[in-house]
Amino acid sequence: MDILDLFMIAGIFVAISIVLDLYRAFSGPTVFDRVMAVSVIGTKTAVIIPIIGFLFERPGLFIDISLSYALLNFVGTLIVAKYLERGELWSPYT
Amino acid sequence: MEPLHVVSAIFVFGGTFFMVVGSVGLIRLPDFYARLHAAGKPDTLGEILIVLGLILYEPLSFLSVKLFFLSFFILVANPTATHAVAMAAYKRGLVPWRKKQE
Repeated sequence: MDILDLFMIAGIFVAISIVLDLYRAFSGPTVFDRVMAVSVIGTKTAVIIPIIGFLFERPGLFIDISLSYALLNFVGTLIVAKYLERGELWSPYT
Repeated sequence: MEPLHVVSAIFVFGGTFFMVVGSVGLIRLPDFYARLHAAGKPDTLGEILIVLGLILYEPLSFLSVKLFFLSFFILVANPTATHAVAMAAYKRGLVPWRKKQE
């Protein structure tokens, strides 16, 4: 058994866990549940992209996409959390 | 298969195990603050294990340096995002869940 087949099986398991997280993103009782579920889905996507890159045998391209995706996901989660905390998008320090 | 590839496959499958367990906890646990435990810690560990497995698949190259940066960024960013969301929920007045008193 080649190792790329094992990587494909691992990617399928990560996709299954993303589907399980999607349930919480749809039916979270509060809005914070949805934000957290979307953040978790984003980080899992940033991990599954290099696996797909190794499967397609072009990992250099896919790892750059994965790094930028992780950065955007982190900044987006922080901005949404601060918006929910303050109730406005931008306010000067008091 | 080479021996290093066997170690790489063990790391990757350990990471997927932690990821699936974290997802089950994210569905099953009763409260938002309890779900943060399932969302924050096992996912960070699983993602770092998967990226370490990918590093061991192709070690000592420019690619592995980029993968190491990705794992370090996940190690810093994921608990920070979890803490930010938890602090937002606490300041908006979300009451923690308690076991019912008889």
